Amino acid sequence: MMADAFLDIADLSIVLRSDRAHRLLRSVDLHVNPGEVRGLVGESGAGKSMIGKTIFDILPRAVEAVEGAVTLGGTDLLALSSNARRREIAAAAALIPQDPLTALNPVRRIEGQITDRLTAILGFSKKAARDRALTLLEEVHINDPERVLRSYPHQLSGGMRQRVLIAAAFAAEPKLIVADEPTTALDVTVQKQILRLIAEMQAHHGTALLFVTHDLGVVAKICQNVTVLFGGKVVEDTDVKGLFAHPAHPYTAALINATPRYDRPDQSLLPVPADVIEATRAEIAKADAEWLSQRGQTLKAAS
Amino acid sequence: MTTPLFSVEGVNVALPDPNHKSLLGTMPMVEILHDIDLEIEEGSVVGLVGESGSGKSTLGRTLVRLLEPAAGTIRFLDTDISHLDEQAMRPFRRDLQVIFQDPLSALNPRHTIASIIGRPLMLHGLAQNRRAARRLAQEALERVGLPTAFAARYPHELSGGQRQRVGIARAIATQPRFVLADEVVSGLDVSSQAQILTLLDQLKTDLKLTVVFISHDLSVVRRLCDRVVVLRRGEILENRPTAELFEAPAHAYTAELKAAIPLPEVDQGWLASQ
Repeated sequence: MMADAFLDIADLSIVLRSDRAHRLLRSVDLHVNPGEVRGLVGESGAGKSMIGKTIFDILPRAVEAVEGAVTLGGTDLLALSSNARRREIAAAAALIPQDPLTALNPVRRIEGQITDRLTAILGFSKKAARDRALTLLEEVHINDPERVLRSYPHQLSGGMRQRVLIAAAFAAEPKLIVADEPTTALDVTVQKQILRLIAEMQAHHGTALLFVTHDLGVVAKICQNVTVLFGGKVVEDTDVKGLFAHPAHPYTAALINATPRYDRPDQSLLPVPADVIEATRAEIAKADAEWLSQRGQTLKAAS
Repeated sequence: MTTPLFSVEGVNVALPDPNHKSLLGTMPMVEILHDIDLEIEEGSVVGLVGESGSGKSTLGRTLVRLLEPAAGTIRFLDTDISHLDEQAMRPFRRDLQVIFQDPLSALNPRHTIASIIGRPLMLHGLAQNRRAARRLAQEALERVGLPTAFAARYPHELSGGQRQRVGIARAIATQPRFVLADEVVSGLDVSSQAQILTLLDQLKTDLKLTVVFISHDLSVVRRLCDRVVVLRRGEILENRPTAELFEAPAHAYTAELKAAIPLPEVDQGWLASQ
Protein backbone atom coordinates (compact mmCIF):
# COMPACT_ATOMS: atom_id res chain seq x y z
CA MET A 1 0.00 0.00 0.00
CA MET A 2 2.81 2.37 0.92
CA ALA A 3 4.36 1.78 -2.47
CA ASP A 4 1.29 3.46 -3.98
CA ALA A 5 1.82 6.71 -2.10
CA PHE A 6 2.78 9.58 -4.37
CA LEU A 7 4.53 11.40 -1.57
CA ASP A 8 6.18 8.96 0.79
CA ILE A 9 8.19 10.36 3.66
CA ALA A 10 9.59 7.47 5.69
CA ASP A 11 11.36 7.60 9.01
CA LEU A 12 12.64 11.12 8.35
CA SER A 13 14.80 12.73 11.01
CA ILE A 14 16.13 16.25 10.65
CA VAL A 15 18.79 17.57 12.99
CA LEU A 16 20.63 20.81 13.62
CA ARG A 17 24.04 20.74 11.93
CA SER A 18 25.53 22.40 14.99
CA ASP A 19 24.09 19.80 17.36
CA ARG A 20 23.31 16.57 15.58
CA ALA A 21 21.77 15.03 18.66
CA HIS A 22 19.05 17.69 18.51
CA ARG A 23 16.19 16.50 16.29
CA LEU A 24 13.68 18.90 14.77
CA LEU A 25 11.77 16.17 12.96
CA ARG A 26 11.63 12.84 14.76
CA SER A 27 11.34 9.72 12.58
CA VAL A 28 8.40 11.18 10.67
CA ASP A 29 6.26 8.97 8.42
CA LEU A 30 3.87 10.76 6.07
CA HIS A 31 2.19 9.35 2.99
CA VAL A 32 -0.11 11.01 0.50
CA ASN A 33 -1.68 8.75 -2.11
CA PRO A 34 -2.64 9.95 -5.59
CA GLY A 35 -5.90 11.88 -5.35
CA GLU A 36 -5.86 11.85 -1.55
CA VAL A 37 -6.48 14.96 0.57
CA ARG A 38 -4.44 14.70 3.74
CA GLY A 39 -4.35 17.23 6.54
CA LEU A 40 -1.09 18.01 8.31
CA VAL A 41 -2.02 19.46 11.67
CA GLY A 42 0.02 20.93 14.46
CA GLU A 43 0.61 24.10 16.43
CA SER A 44 3.49 26.48 15.83
CA GLY A 45 6.79 24.70 16.31
CA ALA A 46 5.29 21.26 15.64
CA GLY A 47 7.31 20.84 12.44
CA LYS A 48 4.63 21.45 9.79
CA SER A 49 6.70 23.88 7.78
CA MET A 50 9.86 21.82 8.26
CA ILE A 51 8.08 19.01 6.43
CA GLY A 52 6.91 21.42 3.73
CA LYS A 53 10.45 22.71 3.31
CA THR A 54 11.77 19.16 3.05
CA ILE A 55 9.33 18.37 0.24
CA PHE A 56 10.40 21.46 -1.72
CA ASP A 57 14.07 21.06 -0.85
CA ILE A 58 14.33 24.48 0.72
CA LEU A 59 15.53 23.48 4.18
CA PRO A 60 17.65 26.15 5.86
CA ARG A 61 21.38 25.44 5.82
CA ALA A 62 21.47 25.09 9.59
CA VAL A 63 19.57 21.81 9.44
CA GLU A 64 20.10 18.49 7.73
CA ALA A 65 18.14 15.31 7.00
CA VAL A 66 20.23 12.60 8.66
CA GLU A 67 17.96 9.66 8.21
CA GLY A 68 14.98 8.51 6.22
CA ALA A 69 13.68 8.85 2.70
CA VAL A 70 11.54 11.34 0.81
CA THR A 71 10.02 9.68 -2.24
CA LEU A 72 8.06 11.68 -4.78
CA GLY A 73 6.33 9.63 -7.49
CA GLY A 74 8.71 6.73 -6.90
CA THR A 75 11.90 8.85 -7.06
CA ASP A 76 14.01 9.00 -3.92
CA LEU A 77 14.72 12.74 -3.69
CA LEU A 78 17.52 12.52 -1.15
CA ALA A 79 19.49 10.25 -3.49
CA LEU A 80 19.53 12.84 -6.32
CA SER A 81 21.98 15.65 -6.99
CA SER A 82 20.55 18.97 -5.96
CA ASN A 83 19.86 20.11 -9.57
CA ALA A 84 18.14 16.87 -10.49
CA ARG A 85 16.17 17.04 -7.26
CA ARG A 86 14.89 20.54 -7.98
CA ARG A 87 13.84 19.56 -11.52
CA GLU A 88 12.02 16.53 -10.16
CA ILE A 89 10.21 18.60 -7.53
CA ALA A 90 9.28 21.41 -9.94
CA ALA A 91 7.67 18.90 -12.30
CA ALA A 92 5.85 16.92 -9.62
CA ALA A 93 4.79 19.33 -6.88
CA ALA A 94 3.49 22.85 -6.35
CA LEU A 95 2.72 25.05 -3.38
CA ILE A 96 -0.30 27.16 -2.47
CA PRO A 97 1.26 29.57 0.03
CA GLN A 98 -0.32 31.20 3.05
CA ASP A 99 0.16 34.85 2.27
CA PRO A 100 -0.76 35.72 -1.31
CA LEU A 101 0.69 39.21 -1.12
CA THR A 102 4.23 38.15 -0.27
CA ALA A 103 4.06 35.12 -2.56
CA LEU A 104 3.38 37.26 -5.63
CA ASN A 105 6.06 39.50 -7.08
CA PRO A 106 4.70 43.05 -6.61
CA VAL A 107 6.36 44.51 -9.70
CA ARG A 108 5.33 41.84 -12.20
CA ARG A 109 1.97 41.41 -13.88
CA ILE A 110 -0.04 38.31 -12.97
CA GLU A 111 0.41 36.81 -16.45
CA GLY A 112 4.12 36.06 -16.11
CA GLN A 113 3.65 34.75 -12.61
CA ILE A 114 1.33 32.03 -13.88
CA THR A 115 2.98 31.29 -17.22
CA ASP A 116 6.56 31.07 -15.91
CA ARG A 117 6.20 27.47 -14.87
CA LEU A 118 4.41 26.55 -18.09
CA THR A 119 7.22 27.82 -20.29
CA ALA A 120 9.99 26.66 -17.96
CA ILE A 121 8.72 23.23 -16.94
CA LEU A 122 6.45 22.16 -19.78
CA GLY A 123 8.13 24.05 -22.63
CA PHE A 124 4.95 25.89 -23.64
CA SER A 125 5.18 28.71 -26.19
CA LYS A 126 4.29 32.15 -24.88
CA LYS A 127 0.96 32.10 -26.72
CA ALA A 128 0.03 28.61 -25.50
CA ALA A 129 1.00 29.51 -21.95
CA ARG A 130 -1.21 32.60 -22.07
CA ASP A 131 -4.19 30.58 -23.34
CA ARG A 132 -3.67 28.04 -20.60
CA ALA A 133 -3.44 30.81 -17.98
CA LEU A 134 -6.78 32.21 -19.19
CA THR A 135 -8.40 28.78 -18.90
CA LEU A 136 -6.98 28.32 -15.40
CA LEU A 137 -8.29 31.69 -14.25
CA GLU A 138 -11.72 30.71 -15.55
CA GLU A 139 -11.44 27.43 -13.63
CA VAL A 140 -10.89 29.37 -10.40
CA HIS A 141 -14.01 31.42 -11.19
CA ILE A 142 -12.37 34.69 -12.13
CA ASN A 143 -14.85 36.53 -14.34
CA ASP A 144 -12.52 38.81 -16.25
CA PRO A 145 -9.35 36.76 -16.73
CA GLU A 146 -7.96 39.12 -19.40
CA ARG A 147 -7.96 42.04 -16.98
CA VAL A 148 -6.49 39.94 -14.15
CA LEU A 149 -3.61 38.76 -16.36
CA ARG A 150 -2.72 42.40 -17.03
CA SER A 151 -3.02 43.39 -13.35
CA TYR A 152 -0.37 43.79 -10.71
CA PRO A 153 -0.91 41.98 -7.37
CA HIS A 154 -1.81 45.15 -5.44
CA GLN A 155 -4.71 45.79 -7.82
CA LEU A 156 -6.46 42.59 -6.70
CA SER A 157 -8.33 41.81 -3.47
CA GLY A 158 -7.00 39.24 -0.99
CA GLY A 159 -9.46 36.57 -2.08
CA MET A 160 -8.68 37.27 -5.75
CA ARG A 161 -4.91 36.97 -5.16
CA GLN A 162 -5.47 33.63 -3.43
CA ARG A 163 -7.45 32.46 -6.50
CA VAL A 164 -4.57 33.50 -8.74
CA LEU A 165 -2.13 31.46 -6.64
CA ILE A 166 -4.40 28.43 -6.77
CA ALA A 167 -4.53 28.73 -10.55
CA ALA A 168 -0.74 29.05 -10.64
CA ALA A 169 -0.27 25.99 -8.43
CA PHE A 170 -2.40 23.81 -10.72
CA ALA A 171 -0.90 25.31 -13.91
CA ALA A 172 1.74 22.69 -14.68
CA GLU A 173 -0.53 19.78 -13.65
CA PRO A 174 1.52 18.73 -10.63
CA LYS A 175 0.70 15.37 -9.05
CA LEU A 176 1.05 16.83 -5.56
CA ILE A 177 -0.01 20.17 -4.14
CA VAL A 178 1.00 21.37 -0.72
CA ALA A 179 -1.40 24.01 0.59
CA ASP A 180 0.28 25.84 3.46
CA GLU A 181 -2.43 27.46 5.64
CA PRO A 182 -3.97 28.97 2.48
CA THR A 183 -7.02 30.40 4.26
CA THR A 184 -5.64 31.48 7.63
CA ALA A 185 -5.59 35.19 6.78
CA LEU A 186 -9.04 35.27 5.18
CA ASP A 187 -12.51 36.15 6.45
CA VAL A 188 -14.70 33.12 7.14
CA THR A 189 -16.99 33.62 4.17
CA VAL A 190 -14.02 34.03 1.82
CA GLN A 191 -12.31 31.08 3.51
CA LYS A 192 -15.28 28.90 2.69
CA GLN A 193 -15.21 29.94 -0.98
CA ILE A 194 -11.48 29.26 -1.20
CA LEU A 195 -11.78 25.86 0.51
CA ARG A 196 -14.56 24.95 -1.88
CA LEU A 197 -12.44 26.05 -4.81
CA ILE A 198 -9.38 24.07 -3.67
CA ALA A 199 -11.55 20.95 -3.18
CA GLU A 200 -13.13 21.47 -6.62
CA MET A 201 -9.77 21.92 -8.38
CA GLN A 202 -8.29 18.95 -6.51
CA ALA A 203 -11.15 16.68 -7.56
CA HIS A 204 -11.11 17.95 -11.14
CA HIS A 205 -7.37 17.45 -11.61
CA GLY A 206 -7.10 14.35 -9.39
CA THR A 207 -4.16 15.89 -7.58
CA ALA A 208 -2.83 14.60 -4.26
CA LEU A 209 -3.22 17.39 -1.71
CA LEU A 210 -1.35 17.91 1.53
CA PHE A 211 -3.28 20.53 3.46
CA VAL A 212 -1.17 22.12 6.18
CA THR A 213 -3.24 23.85 8.85
CA HIS A 214 -3.66 24.41 12.57
CA ASP A 215 -7.45 24.49 12.23
CA LEU A 216 -9.20 21.20 12.94
CA GLY A 217 -12.45 22.69 11.66
CA VAL A 218 -10.89 23.10 8.22
CA VAL A 219 -9.45 19.57 8.40
CA ALA A 220 -12.90 18.15 9.16
CA LYS A 221 -14.35 19.79 6.06
CA ILE A 222 -11.73 19.21 3.39
CA CYS A 223 -9.51 16.23 4.33
CA GLN A 224 -9.96 12.48 4.15
CA ASN A 225 -7.00 11.61 6.33
CA VAL A 226 -4.91 13.50 8.79
CA THR A 227 -1.48 13.44 10.38
CA VAL A 228 -1.12 15.22 13.73
CA LEU A 229 2.28 16.55 14.74
CA PHE A 230 3.59 17.60 18.11
CA GLY A 231 7.19 18.62 18.69
CA GLY A 232 8.38 17.27 15.35
CA LYS A 233 6.84 13.86 15.97
CA VAL A 234 3.76 12.25 14.46
CA VAL A 235 1.38 11.59 17.34
CA GLU A 236 -1.56 10.43 15.26
CA ASP A 237 -2.23 9.27 11.71
CA THR A 238 -5.83 8.41 10.95
CA ASP A 239 -8.90 9.14 8.83
CA VAL A 240 -10.90 12.25 9.77
CA LYS A 241 -13.93 10.31 10.99
CA GLY A 242 -11.73 8.37 13.40
CA LEU A 243 -9.91 11.52 14.43
CA PHE A 244 -13.04 13.20 15.77
CA ALA A 245 -14.91 10.07 16.88
CA HIS A 246 -12.11 8.48 18.90
CA PRO A 247 -8.80 10.36 18.90
CA ALA A 248 -6.08 7.88 19.84
CA HIS A 249 -3.60 10.32 21.36
CA PRO A 250 -4.48 12.46 24.41
CA TYR A 251 -2.87 15.50 22.74
CA THR A 252 -5.19 15.14 19.73
CA ALA A 253 -8.19 14.87 22.03
CA ALA A 254 -7.06 18.02 23.87
CA LEU A 255 -6.56 19.86 20.59
CA ILE A 256 -10.11 19.00 19.52
CA ASN A 257 -11.44 20.33 22.85
CA ALA A 258 -9.39 23.52 22.44
CA THR A 259 -10.93 24.25 19.03
CA PRO A 260 -13.67 26.90 19.29
CA ARG A 261 -17.20 25.91 18.37
CA TYR A 262 -20.21 28.16 18.64
CA ASP A 263 -22.62 25.27 19.12
CA ARG A 264 -20.89 24.05 22.30
CA PRO A 265 -19.58 27.14 24.07
CA ASP A 266 -18.97 25.31 27.35
CA GLN A 267 -17.28 22.25 25.88
CA SER A 268 -14.89 23.97 23.51
CA LEU A 269 -11.96 26.37 23.79
CA LEU A 270 -10.68 24.37 26.75
CA PRO A 271 -6.96 24.95 27.35
CA VAL A 272 -4.78 21.92 26.58
CA PRO A 273 -4.15 20.43 30.07
CA ALA A 274 -0.56 20.82 31.28
CA ASP A 275 -0.27 17.11 32.12
CA VAL A 276 -1.14 16.18 28.52
CA ILE A 277 1.65 18.45 27.25
CA GLU A 278 4.08 17.05 29.83
CA ALA A 279 3.22 13.43 29.06
CA THR A 280 3.62 14.05 25.31
CA ARG A 281 6.97 15.76 25.87
CA ALA A 282 8.09 12.82 28.04
CA GLU A 283 7.07 10.44 25.26
CA ILE A 284 9.22 12.42 22.83
CA ALA A 285 12.18 12.54 25.23
CA LYS A 286 11.99 8.77 25.61
CA ALA A 287 11.92 8.24 21.84
CA ASP A 288 14.86 10.65 21.47
CA ALA A 289 16.88 8.79 24.09
CA GLU A 290 16.30 5.46 22.34
CA TRP A 291 17.13 6.96 18.97
CA LEU A 292 20.33 8.47 20.29
CA SER A 293 21.46 5.35 22.10
CA GLN A 294 21.16 3.44 18.82
CA ARG A 295 22.89 6.06 16.70
CA GLY A 296 24.97 8.19 19.02
CA GLN A 297 28.27 6.84 17.73
CA THR A 298 27.41 7.12 14.04
CA LEU A 299 26.06 10.63 14.50
CA LYS A 300 29.25 11.79 16.15
CA ALA A 301 31.37 10.02 13.54
CA ALA A 302 29.53 11.79 10.73
CA SER A 303 29.92 15.27 12.14
CA MET B 1 -31.45 51.60 34.90
CA THR B 2 -27.97 52.88 35.62
CA THR B 3 -26.00 55.07 33.22
CA PRO B 4 -24.26 52.97 30.59
CA LEU B 5 -20.46 53.14 30.52
CA PHE B 6 -20.62 54.23 26.89
CA SER B 7 -23.47 55.71 24.93
CA VAL B 8 -22.90 56.26 21.27
CA GLU B 9 -25.45 58.21 19.25
CA GLY B 10 -25.55 58.80 15.53
CA VAL B 11 -21.81 58.42 15.13
CA ASN B 12 -20.23 58.75 11.69
CA VAL B 13 -16.52 58.20 11.17
CA ALA B 14 -14.66 59.08 8.00
CA LEU B 15 -11.05 58.26 7.25
CA PRO B 16 -8.76 59.19 4.36
CA ASP B 17 -9.36 56.88 1.40
CA PRO B 18 -6.40 54.46 1.19
CA ASN B 19 -7.20 53.63 -2.43
CA HIS B 20 -6.83 57.19 -3.56
CA LYS B 21 -3.17 57.87 -4.09
CA SER B 22 -2.34 61.43 -4.90
CA LEU B 23 0.79 63.44 -4.30
CA LEU B 24 -1.12 66.70 -4.60
CA GLY B 25 -3.85 68.11 -2.44
CA THR B 26 -5.73 66.40 0.36
CA MET B 27 -6.93 62.84 0.28
CA PRO B 28 -10.67 62.45 -0.08
CA MET B 29 -12.40 61.04 2.99
CA VAL B 30 -14.43 57.86 2.88
CA GLU B 31 -17.14 57.09 5.41
CA ILE B 32 -16.27 53.98 7.45
CA LEU B 33 -19.06 54.08 10.04
CA HIS B 34 -22.55 55.34 9.40
CA ASP B 35 -25.08 56.42 12.02
CA ILE B 36 -23.94 54.13 14.83
CA ASP B 37 -26.09 53.90 17.98
CA LEU B 38 -24.75 51.74 20.76
CA GLU B 39 -24.91 51.50 24.54
CA ILE B 40 -22.42 49.52 26.54
CA GLU B 41 -23.44 48.55 30.07
CA GLU B 42 -20.83 48.63 32.79
CA GLY B 43 -19.52 45.14 33.53
CA SER B 44 -20.65 43.64 30.23
CA VAL B 45 -18.58 42.00 27.53
CA VAL B 46 -19.69 43.11 24.09
CA GLY B 47 -18.49 41.39 20.94
CA LEU B 48 -18.05 43.37 17.73
CA VAL B 49 -18.03 41.02 14.78
CA GLY B 50 -17.88 41.48 11.04
CA GLU B 51 -15.61 40.85 8.10
CA SER B 52 -12.62 42.95 7.11
CA GLY B 53 -13.80 46.39 6.12
CA SER B 54 -16.94 46.18 8.25
CA GLY B 55 -15.71 48.95 10.52
CA LYS B 56 -15.38 46.93 13.73
CA SER B 57 -11.87 48.13 14.55
CA THR B 58 -12.79 51.69 13.58
CA LEU B 59 -15.73 51.58 15.99
CA GLY B 60 -13.52 50.23 18.79
CA ARG B 61 -10.90 52.88 18.19
CA THR B 62 -13.49 55.64 18.09
CA LEU B 63 -14.90 54.50 21.46
CA VAL B 64 -11.52 54.97 23.14
CA ARG B 65 -10.99 58.13 21.09
CA LEU B 66 -7.99 57.02 19.12
CA LEU B 67 -10.20 58.32 16.31
CA GLU B 68 -12.57 61.28 16.29
CA PRO B 69 -16.12 60.94 15.02
CA ALA B 70 -17.16 63.21 12.14
CA ALA B 71 -20.69 63.42 13.53
CA GLY B 72 -22.65 62.18 16.52
CA THR B 73 -21.73 61.89 20.19
CA ILE B 74 -19.83 59.45 22.35
CA ARG B 75 -20.47 59.64 26.06
CA PHE B 76 -18.23 57.95 28.60
CA LEU B 77 -20.44 57.88 31.71
CA ASP B 78 -21.52 61.53 32.01
CA THR B 79 -18.88 63.12 29.83
CA ASP B 80 -19.20 63.85 26.13
CA ILE B 81 -15.77 62.76 24.89
CA SER B 82 -16.62 63.02 21.17
CA HIS B 83 -14.29 65.90 20.41
CA LEU B 84 -11.97 66.18 23.40
CA ASP B 85 -8.40 66.91 22.34
CA GLU B 86 -5.45 64.81 23.46
CA GLN B 87 -4.84 66.95 26.52
CA ALA B 88 -8.47 66.78 27.63
CA MET B 89 -8.61 63.02 27.01
CA ARG B 90 -5.67 62.40 29.28
CA PRO B 91 -7.56 61.89 32.55
CA PHE B 92 -9.67 59.24 30.82
CA ARG B 93 -6.79 57.28 29.34
CA ARG B 94 -6.07 55.16 32.40
CA ASP B 95 -9.70 54.01 32.35
CA LEU B 96 -9.71 53.22 28.62
CA GLN B 97 -7.12 50.60 27.73
CA VAL B 98 -6.47 48.66 24.55
CA ILE B 99 -5.09 45.19 23.87
CA PHE B 100 -3.91 44.93 20.27
CA GLN B 101 -3.97 42.03 17.85
CA ASP B 102 -0.26 41.68 17.25
CA PRO B 103 1.61 41.98 20.53
CA LEU B 104 4.99 41.93 18.81
CA SER B 105 4.32 45.17 16.97
CA ALA B 106 2.44 46.66 19.93
CA LEU B 107 5.28 46.10 22.42
CA ASN B 108 8.38 48.28 22.07
CA PRO B 109 11.19 45.85 21.19
CA ARG B 110 13.82 47.95 22.96
CA HIS B 111 12.05 48.10 26.30
CA THR B 112 11.95 45.44 28.98
CA ILE B 113 8.58 44.04 29.97
CA ALA B 114 8.88 45.91 33.29
CA SER B 115 9.23 49.21 31.45
CA ILE B 116 6.48 48.39 28.91
CA ILE B 117 4.01 47.80 31.72
CA GLY B 118 5.50 50.25 34.23
CA ARG B 119 6.08 53.41 32.19
CA PRO B 120 2.41 54.18 31.58
CA LEU B 121 1.84 53.79 35.34
CA MET B 122 4.33 56.57 36.01
CA LEU B 123 2.83 58.76 33.28
CA HIS B 124 -0.60 58.33 34.84
CA GLY B 125 0.77 59.06 38.32
CA LEU B 126 -0.10 55.58 39.55
CA ALA B 127 3.51 54.90 40.49
CA GLN B 128 5.78 57.57 42.00
CA ASN B 129 9.07 56.05 40.93
CA ARG B 130 10.56 53.25 38.87
CA ARG B 131 10.78 50.90 41.81
CA ALA B 132 7.05 51.26 42.50
CA ALA B 133 6.27 50.90 38.78
CA ARG B 134 8.29 47.72 38.65
CA ARG B 135 6.45 46.29 41.63
CA LEU B 136 3.07 47.03 40.03
CA ALA B 137 4.29 45.55 36.75
CA GLN B 138 5.22 42.34 38.54
CA GLU B 139 1.79 42.22 40.16
CA ALA B 140 0.19 42.61 36.73
CA LEU B 141 2.37 39.79 35.36
CA GLU B 142 1.23 37.52 38.18
CA ARG B 143 -2.40 38.35 37.41
CA VAL B 144 -1.97 37.18 33.84
CA GLY B 145 -0.18 34.01 34.88
CA LEU B 146 3.38 34.92 33.94
CA PRO B 147 6.41 34.57 36.23
CA THR B 148 7.53 37.90 37.73
CA ALA B 149 11.03 37.18 36.42
CA PHE B 150 9.66 38.04 32.95
CA ALA B 151 9.85 41.70 33.99
CA ALA B 152 13.51 41.75 33.02
CA ARG B 153 12.97 40.22 29.59
CA TYR B 154 12.39 41.75 26.16
CA PRO B 155 9.35 41.04 23.94
CA HIS B 156 11.30 38.95 21.41
CA GLU B 157 12.28 36.51 24.14
CA LEU B 158 8.66 35.46 24.67
CA SER B 159 6.31 33.20 22.73
CA GLY B 160 3.22 34.59 20.99
CA GLY B 161 0.90 33.54 23.81
CA GLN B 162 3.22 34.99 26.45
CA ARG B 163 3.50 38.28 24.55
CA GLN B 164 -0.26 38.54 24.40
CA ARG B 165 -0.35 38.03 28.19
CA VAL B 166 2.06 40.95 28.49
CA GLY B 167 -0.28 43.01 26.30
CA ILE B 168 -3.09 42.14 28.71
CA ALA B 169 -0.92 42.87 31.76
CA ARG B 170 -0.10 46.32 30.38
CA ALA B 171 -3.78 47.04 29.79
CA ILE B 172 -4.98 45.98 33.24
CA ALA B 173 -2.05 47.51 35.17
CA THR B 174 -3.69 50.96 35.18
CA GLN B 175 -6.81 49.39 36.76
CA PRO B 176 -9.02 50.55 33.88
CA ARG B 177 -12.81 50.38 33.83
CA PHE B 178 -12.82 49.53 30.16
CA VAL B 179 -10.67 47.36 27.91
CA LEU B 180 -10.85 47.20 24.13
CA ALA B 181 -9.57 43.82 22.94
CA ASP B 182 -8.96 44.00 19.18
CA GLU B 183 -8.59 40.53 17.60
CA VAL B 184 -6.42 39.50 20.53
CA VAL B 185 -6.45 35.78 19.82
CA SER B 186 -6.52 35.65 16.04
CA GLY B 187 -2.77 35.23 15.57
CA LEU B 188 -2.45 32.52 18.22
CA ASP B 189 -2.40 28.73 18.20
CA VAL B 190 -5.61 27.06 19.35
CA SER B 191 -4.14 26.04 22.69
CA SER B 192 -2.84 29.57 23.43
CA GLN B 193 -6.15 30.94 22.18
CA ALA B 194 -8.03 28.86 24.74
CA GLN B 195 -5.70 29.99 27.53
CA ILE B 196 -5.98 33.69 26.66
CA LEU B 197 -9.78 33.52 26.49
CA THR B 198 -9.93 31.74 29.84
CA LEU B 199 -7.71 34.48 31.27
CA LEU B 200 -9.85 37.31 29.85
CA ASP B 201 -12.96 35.62 31.20
CA GLN B 202 -11.42 35.43 34.66
CA LEU B 203 -10.07 39.00 34.60
CA LYS B 204 -13.37 40.55 33.61
CA THR B 205 -14.95 38.91 36.68
CA ASP B 206 -12.09 39.59 39.11
CA LEU B 207 -11.52 43.18 38.03
CA LYS B 208 -15.16 43.98 37.12
CA LEU B 209 -14.04 45.10 33.69
CA THR B 210 -16.21 46.20 30.83
CA VAL B 211 -14.83 44.73 27.63
CA VAL B 212 -15.40 45.31 23.95
CA PHE B 213 -14.08 42.27 22.18
CA ILE B 214 -13.48 42.63 18.46
CA SER B 215 -13.25 39.43 16.44
CA HIS B 216 -13.98 38.03 13.04
CA ASP B 217 -14.53 34.62 14.66
CA LEU B 218 -18.07 34.07 15.90
CA SER B 219 -17.09 30.89 17.78
CA VAL B 220 -14.71 32.83 19.98
CA VAL B 221 -17.28 35.57 20.60
CA ARG B 222 -19.85 32.97 21.62
CA ARG B 223 -17.67 31.82 24.47
CA LEU B 224 -16.82 35.19 25.96
CA CYS B 225 -19.47 37.80 25.23
CA ASP B 226 -22.79 38.75 26.84
CA ARG B 227 -23.92 40.65 23.76
CA VAL B 228 -22.89 40.56 20.14
CA VAL B 229 -22.97 43.47 17.70
CA VAL B 230 -22.78 42.44 14.04
CA LEU B 231 -21.38 45.05 11.68
CA ARG B 232 -21.45 45.14 7.92
CA ARG B 233 -20.15 47.95 5.73
CA GLY B 234 -20.11 50.42 8.59
CA GLU B 235 -23.60 49.75 9.90
CA ILE B 236 -24.93 47.75 12.82
CA LEU B 237 -27.10 44.88 11.59
CA GLU B 238 -27.80 43.21 14.92
CA ASN B 239 -27.14 43.95 18.57
CA ARG B 240 -28.48 41.20 20.79
CA PRO B 241 -27.71 38.89 23.72
CA THR B 242 -25.24 36.25 22.57
CA ALA B 243 -27.33 33.11 23.11
CA GLU B 244 -30.30 34.68 21.34
CA LEU B 245 -28.21 35.77 18.37
CA PHE B 246 -26.76 32.31 17.90
CA GLU B 247 -30.04 30.46 18.30
CA ALA B 248 -31.96 32.64 15.90
CA PRO B 249 -29.94 35.15 13.88
CA ALA B 250 -32.33 37.93 12.88
CA HIS B 251 -30.33 38.89 9.84
CA ALA B 252 -29.44 36.65 6.89
CA TYR B 253 -25.89 37.98 6.95
CA THR B 254 -25.40 36.80 10.55
CA ALA B 255 -26.69 33.37 9.58
CA GLU B 256 -24.26 33.34 6.65
CA LEU B 257 -21.32 34.26 8.89
CA LYS B 258 -22.30 31.50 11.29
CA ALA B 259 -22.69 28.91 8.52
CA ALA B 260 -19.27 29.77 7.10
CA ILE B 261 -17.48 28.63 10.27
CA PRO B 262 -16.08 25.14 9.79
CA LEU B 263 -17.02 23.19 12.92
CA PRO B 264 -14.59 20.41 13.87
CA GLU B 265 -16.89 17.59 12.82
CA VAL B 266 -17.06 15.65 9.58
CA ASP B 267 -19.79 16.96 7.30
CA GLN B 268 -19.68 16.02 3.63
CA GLY B 269 -22.25 18.57 2.56
CA TRP B 270 -20.70 21.63 4.23
CA LEU B 271 -18.36 22.68 1.41
CA ALA B 272 -21.10 22.61 -1.20
CA SER B 273 -23.67 24.39 1.01
CA GLN B 274 -24.16 28.11 0.53
